Amino acid sequence: MQRILVGIKRVVDYNVRVRVRPDGSGVVTDGVKMSINPFDEIALEEALRIKERGGADEVLAVSLGPDDAQQQLRTALAMGADRAILVRAAESVEPLAVARAFLKLIERETPALVILGKQAIDDDCSQTGPMLAALWDRPQATFASRVEIDGQRVRVTREVDAGLETIEVELPAVVTTDLRLNEPRYVKLPDIMKAKKKPLDVTDLAALGVDAAPMLQVLRFEPPPQRQKGVMVKTAAELVAALRQKGLV
Amino acid sequence: MSRVLVVAEHAHGALNASVAKCVTCAAAIPGAEVTVAVLAADGAAVAAAAASLAGVARVLLVQNPGNEPALAAVLAPQVAQLADGSSHVLGPSTTFGKDLMPRVAGLLGAPQLSDIMAVESATRFRRPVYAGNAIATVEVAAGRAIVGTVRTASFQAAGPGGPAPIENAAVDAPLPAHTRFVSASAAKSDRPDLQTAARVVSGGRALGSPDNFALIQRLADRLGAAVGASRAAVDAGYAPNELQVGQTGKIIAPELYVAIGISGAIQHLTGIKDARTIVAINKDAEAPIFEVADYGLVGDLFALIPEIESLL
Repeated sequence: MQRILVGIKRVVDYNVRVRVRPDGSGVVTDGVKMSINPFDEIALEEALRIKERGGADEVLAVSLGPDDAQQQLRTALAMGADRAILVRAAESVEPLAVARAFLKLIERETPALVILGKQAIDDDCSQTGPMLAALWDRPQATFASRVEIDGQRVRVTREVDAGLETIEVELPAVVTTDLRLNEPRYVKLPDIMKAKKKPLDVTDLAALGVDAAPMLQVLRFEPPPQRQKGVMVKTAAELVAALRQKGLV
Repeated sequence: MSRVLVVAEHAHGALNASVAKCVTCAAAIPGAEVTVAVLAADGAAVAAAAASLAGVARVLLVQNPGNEPALAAVLAPQVAQLADGSSHVLGPSTTFGKDLMPRVAGLLGAPQLSDIMAVESATRFRRPVYAGNAIATVEVAAGRAIVGTVRTASFQAAGPGGPAPIENAAVDAPLPAHTRFVSASAAKSDRPDLQTAARVVSGGRALGSPDNFALIQRLADRLGAAVGASRAAVDAGYAPNELQVGQTGKIIAPELYVAIGISGAIQHLTGIKDARTIVAINKDAEAPIFEVADYGLVGDLFALIPEIESLL
């Protein structure tokens, strides 16, 4: 195992309460804190741990997005990635185009393992990992909660609806991370200083030869219908009586 | 006319409850002719169950020993081949569908719509984004095949109908050997399935320990309900991951949802907002869960749970 490629997406921070713009053209992002997609942070942490155990020589962080995504890549470098590439693109690129761009970089960088988040918390698509695996014609192991590398194979425990499932795939492969795979480390100040000297290359979709013409068009965004606040009851007896009256118990 | 292919999820010879909901979504596409694809080792029973859903025009059965347990890398090339000529290829927004459908989309070079919650036309759909904090209406360029996952909580199950004809289909797509199933550890339970239960009782971090979480299980059993948990309770090890309710866990729509010791983070609320009636029990009167609850009760859950049980 030599190189691990990790996907890093710039998204509205996990703790921001997202609001739809009044004109329905999108959500409010002006002045809003942006961060690494939490599942991508887990992907990076896993790659770093594999490298620290001697399972890889290099961790390469890749982002597709606006110039500002360099901030998230610098954070990734501060966490411990060795090198970063920004593929400059519009704010919103469809997962299939993202997968095509990753494939171009894979052909150039020949990673043994690609680790991506299982979904991004902005568009919630949950598509890029399997799409990339399909285009690359390589195995996928999605929703990973445990990753064990054994030579040219990786054994992955997956969080599935029925519980946990373990599969074994040959490398190279695509793994997507679930929440409980690990807890990402905090970035320390000296690492932020060091990260400034690490290489961050910038390219774009056209240079990679990727056609990112949109196939989907979002016509409008709306806030979700709100539930009405109900009644507060004072006692357990009052609660059970109310539920009984509605035929719910 | 729209030719809609629905990929059936199944296990141990039984059709997953999500399939009937996918069929309802598929049938809502104008001019839809709905075909259900069953890829199985021995799929006669599953195919028969799919054929007896209202709205299904035919069932394609592909039998191959390698099809079970389901592996996306093995199923995707077969689904992509069966999808030839289809306008829409749908699967459930379960871990099965979320794993498989984007791989199919990749093979087809087709765009995917994830978590379809409403059908507006053959090319226009609604889906949640930002953990359900916004709903996007998305238009797909006409004349292009679309892959989709269906948010099962948004659709009623198709009723009985048919039986539709079952055709054996042969696929000659080469299947990869690079992926191997090793094991599955599913907690065996006599309780109703969380995803489809009419009643769900969920516990949060306030339970404080795995032992105390048994209080939730006991109340659920008393109500004939499934057990759920907040992400905090799962992260703390009080409940297994498959019980997590919320945006990154299961999205459910029971008749009755009882949230106990759950504060109501937005990620959790996203998973329950289609519930018919929400009951919240929490000692913090300011907890956000009370903003969405139909019935709220402020108090100590350790005193209230036994009291409720004695009243049932």
